This record gives sequence, C-alpha cells and structure tokens, in this order.
Amino acid sequence: MNKIFLIIRREYLTRVRKRSFIIMTILGPVLMAALFIVPIYFATMQDEKRIVHVVDETGLFISKFVNSDNYNFIPQYTDLETAKKTLKQTEGYALLYIPRTEMNVPSQAMLYSDKQPSLNLKSYITGIMNREIEKQKLAAEIRNQIRISTPGYEARADSAADNLMSETILKNIKTDVKLLTYQIEEGGTEKKSFAEVNMIVGMVASIMIYLFIFMFGSQLMRGVIEEKTSRIVEVIVSSVKPFQLMAGKIIGVALVGLTQFVLWIVFTAILVGGFQQAFPEKFKMPEAQQKFVTTQQIQPENPGEDQSANLLADTGNETANQIFEAIASINFPLMILSFLFFFIGGYLLYGAMFAAIGSAVDNEADTQQFMLPVTVPLILAIVMMQYVINNPEGSLSWWLSMIPFTSPVIMMIRIPFGVPYGQLALSAALLIAGFIATTWLAAKIYRTGILMYGKKVNYGELWKWIRYKG
Amino acid sequence: MAILTVNSVSKHFATQTALNKVSIEVPEQCIFGLLGPNGAGKTTLIRIINQITGPDEGEVLLENQKLKPDHVYSIGYLPEERGLYKKMAVGEQALYLAQLKGMSHHDAVQKLKYWFRKFEIESWWGKKVEELSKGMQQKVQFIVTVVHEPKLLIFDEPFSGFDPINVNLLKDEILELRRKGATIIFSTHNMASVEELCDNIALINKANKILDGSVKEIKKLHRSNTYELHYRDFDGDLQSVLNGHFSLSEIRHEDGIHTAVIKLPPDAGSNDLLANVMPHVVITGLNEIIPSMNDIFISTVNAFNGANANDLLAD
Repeated sequence: MNKIFLIIRREYLTRVRKRSFIIMTILGPVLMAALFIVPIYFATMQDEKRIVHVVDETGLFISKFVNSDNYNFIPQYTDLETAKKTLKQTEGYALLYIPRTEMNVPSQAMLYSDKQPSLNLKSYITGIMNREIEKQKLAAEIRNQIRISTPGYEARADSAADNLMSETILKNIKTDVKLLTYQIEEGGTEKKSFAEVNMIVGMVASIMIYLFIFMFGSQLMRGVIEEKTSRIVEVIVSSVKPFQLMAGKIIGVALVGLTQFVLWIVFTAILVGGFQQAFPEKFKMPEAQQKFVTTQQIQPENPGEDQSANLLADTGNETANQIFEAIASINFPLMILSFLFFFIGGYLLYGAMFAAIGSAVDNEADTQQFMLPVTVPLILAIVMMQYVINNPEGSLSWWLSMIPFTSPVIMMIRIPFGVPYGQLALSAALLIAGFIATTWLAAKIYRTGILMYGKKVNYGELWKWIRYKG
Repeated sequence: MAILTVNSVSKHFATQTALNKVSIEVPEQCIFGLLGPNGAGKTTLIRIINQITGPDEGEVLLENQKLKPDHVYSIGYLPEERGLYKKMAVGEQALYLAQLKGMSHHDAVQKLKYWFRKFEIESWWGKKVEELSKGMQQKVQFIVTVVHEPKLLIFDEPFSGFDPINVNLLKDEILELRRKGATIIFSTHNMASVEELCDNIALINKANKILDGSVKEIKKLHRSNTYELHYRDFDGDLQSVLNGHFSLSEIRHEDGIHTAVIKLPPDAGSNDLLANVMPHVVITGLNEIIPSMNDIFISTVNAFNGANANDLLAD
C-alpha cells in the first residue's frame, strides 16, 4: 500500500510540475470564463429594439409582457399561420405562441424565429409565464381552501393562510413552463432549436468528460510507453507488483485530472467574480424566484400591483440576471457530483485500457491499431449527443446512458433533463462493474506487455497474454 | 550454506518452454556466473528470482525460505534492459527507487549521499537524467541497485555501456560488496570477466541447465591432457619421433621456433612426452593447454545442441 502511495506521489508531482499542466491550468479558466462573460457582455451590448409578436390564445399573459429597451411585445389577434406570415413580412424578431389548452393552465409555449432566439428573451418569457401561472394556481388553492373551511370569514382566512404556508401547497404551485423554440428556415420548414441553458451545461459537461478521458487517458498511455522505452520498468517491477505500478499510475493521473478540474472551477469563479466586480452594472445577481413566490405572492388580494412585471421590467441590466437565473435553476450539486463520478468512472474504465495499450507497444506510433476499441465508443457517444438531446427519454438514449463505454458522456447530457435516481444508480453500478472488468483485463495485458520488447503485437497476442497464468 | 536455491523450476510460455526443471544453488558470499546463449532462459530465471513472474513448477528458496513479497527488499537487480526516467532529476529519482525498495526517506538520503560521494558525482544530484552521458547514467543505475544493501545482487550484463576505466571501478565495487557479505549473481556473455570474477557458474542452454559447479572444478574437468611444445633445431617429422599413442594435432613455425600441439593419452603425463622428444629436439618450452571458459561454453553448448539434434533425428 505504501508503495502504491509512492508511485501515486511520483506520478502526481512530476505531472503537475510540467509546463503543459501549468499552461492548461491558466488557459482553461480563461476560456471558460470567456464562455460565461462574452455572451452576457454581448447580450447587454445589444442596441436595436427587437419586435416580438405574441399570439396568446389564453389571454392570460398578453398584458404581462412589458416593453423594455431591448424588446417590444406586440399582441397579434390572429391564428398562428397568419402570425407567422406577418412575422416574416414585418421582419420581426420572434413570434411567441401560447396555445389554449384543455386545462386552464397552459404548460408550454412556442417561440418561432428565423435566428436562434436570445437566451435572455427566453428566460424572460418563461419567468413571466411561470409567475403568472403560479399566481393562478395560488388563487385557485386559496379559493379551494376557503370553500372547504368552517364558517366565519376571519377563521377561514387564517386557516387558508396557514395552509398556504405548508410545503405541499408551495410544491403544488411550483410551475415549470416549457418553452419550445423553433427556427423558421427560408423554405418555411421548422426545426426545433436548442439554446436552453441546461442543455448547454449538459453538453459542456459531457464534452469535458470526453476531453478529460482522452487527455488524461493518453497522458497515462504515454507514461506507460515512457517507462517501457526508457527501460526503467524492469527496475521498478523488481520492487513492486506490475498491478501496483499500473494502479498507482492510473490513480496518480486521475488526481492530476481532478486537480486540474478543481483549479479550473476556482480560477473561473475568480475570473468571473473579478469581471463582475469590475463591471457591476452588467452583473446583478438575481433574486431567487422561489423567494418571490413565497413572500410576495402570499397576498393574492393585490391584483393591481403586478410585481412580477415590475421586477423584470428594466431589462437593460436584467439580461445577465436572466442567464444567471437560468443557470441557477439547474441542480448543480447533482450535476457536479455526477460529473465527478462519471469523470472518474469513465476515466478509470478507459484509463485501464489506455494503460494496457501503452504496455503492449514499443512506441507511440504503434498504438494506432489498438486505439480503435477506445476511440470508437467515445466518438460514438459524441456523435449521438444531438440525438440524445432530442430524445433524452428515448430507449436508445437509455441504453447509451447505461452501457459503461458511453454512459459517462451520455448521462451528463441526460441529467439536466431529469433522470430518475434509480436509473442513475443503475448506470453508476454498471460503470463501476465496467471499470473493474477493464482494469482486471488490462492488468493481465500490462503485466506481460511491459516486459516485452521488439515484438509486433496483435489482438491474438493480447488474448494469449490475458490467458497466461501467474 | 546456500543463500539461494532454485528447485527444478519450470516455466512455459504459450509456444515455448523457457525453463525446464532447472535447479541451481548459489552459495553465500560467492560470485555466481549465470551463463548461456541468448534466449536460453537466463532472463526468465532472473525474473522468477525477482518475483516479476512466477514459476509454473518448482520453487525458489531465499535463505531457505520460499520466496515471499518481502524478499524483494533483500535483492538488488540490475537488469540488462535498464534505464531511468529521462525527465526526472537524478537525486529525486534515486530517492524514489530506493524508497520503493523499502528504505525510509531519511536512510535513503544518507546512503545515497554516501554513494554519490564515493563515485564523485554529488554535483549531478539536481541534474536531469537526460543531461548525463550513457556511462554516467550507468553509474547512477548501479547505485540505485545497491543502495538498499541487499544480501543478493543480480547483475545482468553489468559492464555494457561502461568504458574500461569504469569497468574496473565497477569490478572493484563488486568485489568490495562481496567482501562485505553480499552474494552476487552475474549474468554475462563476457567470458573473460567470468574467469576473472566468478567462483561458481551455471550454464543454461535452451531452457535446460547443462553445466554447473565451481569454475576451478569445471576447468579441471575439461582438461584434455593436451600440451603445447616449443622446440627448435629439428627439421624432421615430429610424429615419427613421438611414440605411437601421442597424437600430434597441429604444428606452427615462427622465427625458427616450432610449436606443436600434442594430445596425450589419459595415462601419460608431461614427463612421458618430454622423455620421448628430448633426444631429438631442443626444447624451449612446454605448457599445458587449459581450456578457457569461452571454449568450455562453446563446446558444451554445441555438444548439447548436437545431442538434441540427434535425438530429434532419432525421433
């Protein structure tokens, strides 16, 4: 155990002292901070006014959208098709369509535009709609409570207020409007488009896992090849078991990856925070939406005071808030925990394979023939990303998020859409079983491979090594 | 007492046998030569002793105990295929390897400083290995092999990569280590150094041990009672003056001195030969031809291969 620790320490220290590690550690957060700052910056820079047509079949929301410096909301009292034509003719920015539903409360709306609609417009619309629907629900709850309470107005009102404070009611009225966005192309065909913040977060997370697996996996592989070509490996395995050496290297590199990840998060936070300090007018942190519901909306008797509209009215500086709000709506603890788990699990699964490949060859050029089983599932996962975003609940998405070879990448896309904990647990268990299996196989290849020189190795040879005993 | 006992160890790989019931015994505080052609199975045997791989059959005893994981601390191994991390500093690397051999950080620093001083290479401590010449790297490699003061040292072709001055330095160190109580297994193709250093040898060929024992004994056994006779002032036929059962195998002439190689029958001695030739020639010298380890190596391996080939034909 002590020896594994020595190996881990050497792997870790020699890697974090490398110039490439330091450069990546600095460059990564700059890029990531830019990812946050640039869109917000441009969103606030926007100067022309954009026209948004609104077809509201419910009639509930039309008056709630307030014109701002950036957006003018124009009601259209026609059907959807005519409105679409009007949008084209008048060169409006977007068309919001809120369909009438069987139930009183609509749960989704459509946003049509010929460009990708901006993030802050979308979060403004969903924010307004959520508030309005919550208000409606709350009013319904109160009427309900009053109806079932005992006689006497005072008592009724009190008990209604008491009931209102209860968790269940707050949960009942919590609303999550789905805003589907469609891009209208030249030919008039519609395409569902995706710019939701949670999708972006999911995609960034899964691409990062993909990159981390490749980056640190090939670092590990180069480390194994280095030991082999420098011929130090036989000296080392005369002191430690080959498995200890392999495990120590895999863990050491994993810790380097985690260090890099944590440093990225910390430095990104510092950079974004610093930017916020420098330009405070562009970054006002949002007030939590829930707080608004629980405190202000408790008094339903104030219909005239439309606070939701007021709150969001001066949009100029609010654009940043919208994005922050959208980001804040993601379950970050779950995302970060899943990210860490699937990163480590995926890395261990593939890391063992990378180590085995490194042990089987004499130089990096020879790795090509064995890289196929490693790269194909990973690239497949990336290729399937778009499909999974379209069908996060589809059966193919389900399978891809269960199979250990693709689950680290695919699961991260699905999580922002909401994945039942049971499925997460199953996927996690399969991933753990997967990396134990690959590590076990890799150890057998590694053990023989590291001491084999000048031999052209093929898959048949690897199979022979796996079957060697002792 | 034997420090290392290998008891009929066999090791098979998928298509070939690397070791076939090989047994050797290495006495304490001796320098033991492990000889054999390339691919004979020496490296496999050394790896089994180092617990890098396990035997299929048989057992290895170190100080009469079956090999166990802790034994790696009692063995120092300098592989034939050796090297160091190129990008790592010399001192840090030596420290790492010493700690892997079970030394505490403190002890490792002290012992390494001692060896670095002894080899006059203290100034290399902070240098990267890639900045050193091959010979310098070999010195560092030697130090990390011996720094944990193992009872058993295994050197596989230790002199490759050294210049003659450093070969001598290394030989002295090896003898010094033995004097201090270490036992040394020494695998090489350099027969001159075997004759110079080794007390005992084992010869392995095609997975089988075909010869072992002390160098002196083996040489004695391989004596063929052949003499080299130097003489002058004789132009006749030497064979005719030799008694019938002395066989003349070779005659050379150089600057008026003749040299004849003569094989004697087992019951005859050098005096018999002299008595025979003295009346006819002027003798300037006589010496027995003692086979070199090189000759013994070649003749034993060839004899074994020939016998094997015959076996194959007989099948």
